Amino acid sequence: MARSIYNTDIHREKLESVSSDILRNVRINKGFIIWMGILALALAACVFAYTIQLKKGLGVTGLRDATSWGMYIATFVFFVATSLVGMLISSVLGLAGVKWIRPIARIAEIIAVAFAAIAGLVIVSDMGRPDRLPYVFMFGRFQSPILWDVTVVTTYFFVSLMLWFIPLIPDLAIAKTRLNGRPGFLIKAYELLSVNWINHDRQVKIMHQAMRILLILIVPLAFAIHTVTSWLFALTPRAGWDSTIFGPYFISGAFVSGTAAVIIAMYFYRENYRLSRYLTNDHFEKIGRVLALVSIIYIYFNINEFLVPAYKLKTHDAIHLRELLTGHHAMLFWSVQLLGLVIPVILLLIKRMRRPLPLLLISAVVLTASWFKRYIIVVPPQEHPYLPVQNVPIEWMVYKPTVIETAVTFGSLILVLMIITVLSKLFPVLPVWELAEEEASAKGEENKQ
Amino acid sequence: MNDENKLKDTEDQKIDDALESSRRDFLKKVGLVGAASVAGAAAVYSGYQFEKKKHSRGTVRVLTDDNRLVEVPVEEVKDIKRELKVLQTQGREGIKGKKWVMVIDLSRCRNARKCVNACQAAHHLRPYEYHINTLEMQESVNTPKFYMPKPCQHCDNPPCVSVCPVDATFKRQDGIVLIDNERCIGCRFCMAACPYSARMFHWQEPMNAEADKEKAYNIELNVPQKKGTISKCLFSADRVRENSLPYCVSACPNGVFYFGDENENAVTNGTTKETVSLNELLEDNGAYRLMEELGTKPRVYYLPPKNRIFEFREGEKKEYREETT
Repeated sequence: MARSIYNTDIHREKLESVSSDILRNVRINKGFIIWMGILALALAACVFAYTIQLKKGLGVTGLRDATSWGMYIATFVFFVATSLVGMLISSVLGLAGVKWIRPIARIAEIIAVAFAAIAGLVIVSDMGRPDRLPYVFMFGRFQSPILWDVTVVTTYFFVSLMLWFIPLIPDLAIAKTRLNGRPGFLIKAYELLSVNWINHDRQVKIMHQAMRILLILIVPLAFAIHTVTSWLFALTPRAGWDSTIFGPYFISGAFVSGTAAVIIAMYFYRENYRLSRYLTNDHFEKIGRVLALVSIIYIYFNINEFLVPAYKLKTHDAIHLRELLTGHHAMLFWSVQLLGLVIPVILLLIKRMRRPLPLLLISAVVLTASWFKRYIIVVPPQEHPYLPVQNVPIEWMVYKPTVIETAVTFGSLILVLMIITVLSKLFPVLPVWELAEEEASAKGEENKQ
Repeated sequence: MNDENKLKDTEDQKIDDALESSRRDFLKKVGLVGAASVAGAAAVYSGYQFEKKKHSRGTVRVLTDDNRLVEVPVEEVKDIKRELKVLQTQGREGIKGKKWVMVIDLSRCRNARKCVNACQAAHHLRPYEYHINTLEMQESVNTPKFYMPKPCQHCDNPPCVSVCPVDATFKRQDGIVLIDNERCIGCRFCMAACPYSARMFHWQEPMNAEADKEKAYNIELNVPQKKGTISKCLFSADRVRENSLPYCVSACPNGVFYFGDENENAVTNGTTKETVSLNELLEDNGAYRLMEELGTKPRVYYLPPKNRIFEFREGEKKEYREETT
């Protein structure tokens, strides 16, 4: 069956047109160089900020004994959360046989790979002694959730990388003869990475099998990484973290930020890469519905997370909730909950709002709010420990992020953008062979009728 | 191949052989001279040692660490730094047969903060860095205010130890929870997990970092302190090893602290030096532990602030300024 894919004229014709559309963007042009240059310069500034932190210690951040986890940990949670979308799109929707995700699956995997790769690095920036990172492997104790986190985040990264790479192999084979004028190293890389793909029946069969195994494998893995991440908090006896629903609360939230990130990427590729033939209004309409659905689920978990303790008002829960709902985090809390969750859901129920541009704007707000949501989860519960914080300098009482830690945090975001840029500029962002096949079979159906 | 070439080859061979033999000769000579000079040097050195021995200042008897009494020449007795390895091993093992316990009598505390100061001096901490801190407490609106010294509770079910990824913080057989700052990676998960906020982190270079640089790290004192690692109350593990009371306990002027061994059922007051029965002390005074409901099983007991010997007076609010390095 598979060998015959390109045998009919319709197939060949479609393959030519699809591949020329998609491969047009695989090139190292001026835009790419300028963009990477800007990122590299900005990154250099952030690395400089990090060297100050290395030299002087974590005291250059706003962190102190009371609030000892801040922006870095919030960013780590945010990155892990956003990377979860790879599993949602490729596996949950893909295994359910949803057809419209075909052109989006690779974009989702790019997001997953980039965010998962840098998440670990963010943790290192939070370490007091990053030089002792190898100790985690040399002296690791398996009852520590950090060990679980290291294990699953690494595994998730590699499986996501495979989920990006394996369906790319046929594309690389298609592309390697069509890359005239691209730099030699790129053509060589395609030659190497296409691992002698000749579209043989058996190769296709193996690929489908491998994908199926990985797509099933990544479901528990993705649940594990974010559940474990939530347990970094939920396994401590602190009011505000001490919650039994933290696992599902984090996972449902992860789908919100990840879907928003995919929508932003989709819009960018559609406009900049002129791919509106493949990323149609209909695709935005459908993923807009997905965003609405996952946001509604997240609202449900939010109600549980806040209403249940708010009804009982146990002493320390009460202090924590008062700070969030009416205290000095209230502004941020309500902005995040309303602007980042409730209002987007209301808007997304309107069909017009699921068109590409409005959806992009909604997603940008949702994604930004997602980061602040992690901040709200991480920071406030530490500011009111069971015993009072006394006899310390005033700046030790309340956490205020400094310029240096903001710069280091931006540095990690820049690294994510760099990975996304490389993956989407040096390799096709949409699956050429799948789309060609899809268009050809659609045409075939038409002809039959 | 023709004959001419063959001939040339044998010529080359001859030259090579000649060169080789002269090289061998040369090496032989060098070897001889070398051997002679080594022998000479050895003779001079042993003569020097012999002369030196003649002026020996006698011998001294020394007890070795495997308990043998030996005699060694005075010149050969050297002071050595106690090795890190020894300190680490004994520090991680703890003291066999002991179960250290602390009792804090809140009816006697008037926030003199002598415990805090003694502790900070011993562990080289800044005025706002605490292993023990005295807190102003009030349980509810209608109950009286009181002062509460708060060291690490040395829990028998310590949340900090559970979450540590690298075994940097650990529970010893004598009940003490220690931190190894040679191991700590500075992730601060233990701080997040501790409900008593008993832990501190070195956000910058520790106060005495420069002066302590050469010292071998004593895990039972946590000195030298290290930037980027956790520090915490150690129940003065170095003092209890020498059968003394912890720094805070002996510094208190008001008899707040009792410290002792649960197995012996005896605790000693740090001020009066009076030793009493632990059971009786706890029973007679209605002792309690902090946050019993969390299941952490602290090794620190509190006696409630009733029949206080001092009026509660609001301490003057001292301003703490962060030092920057």
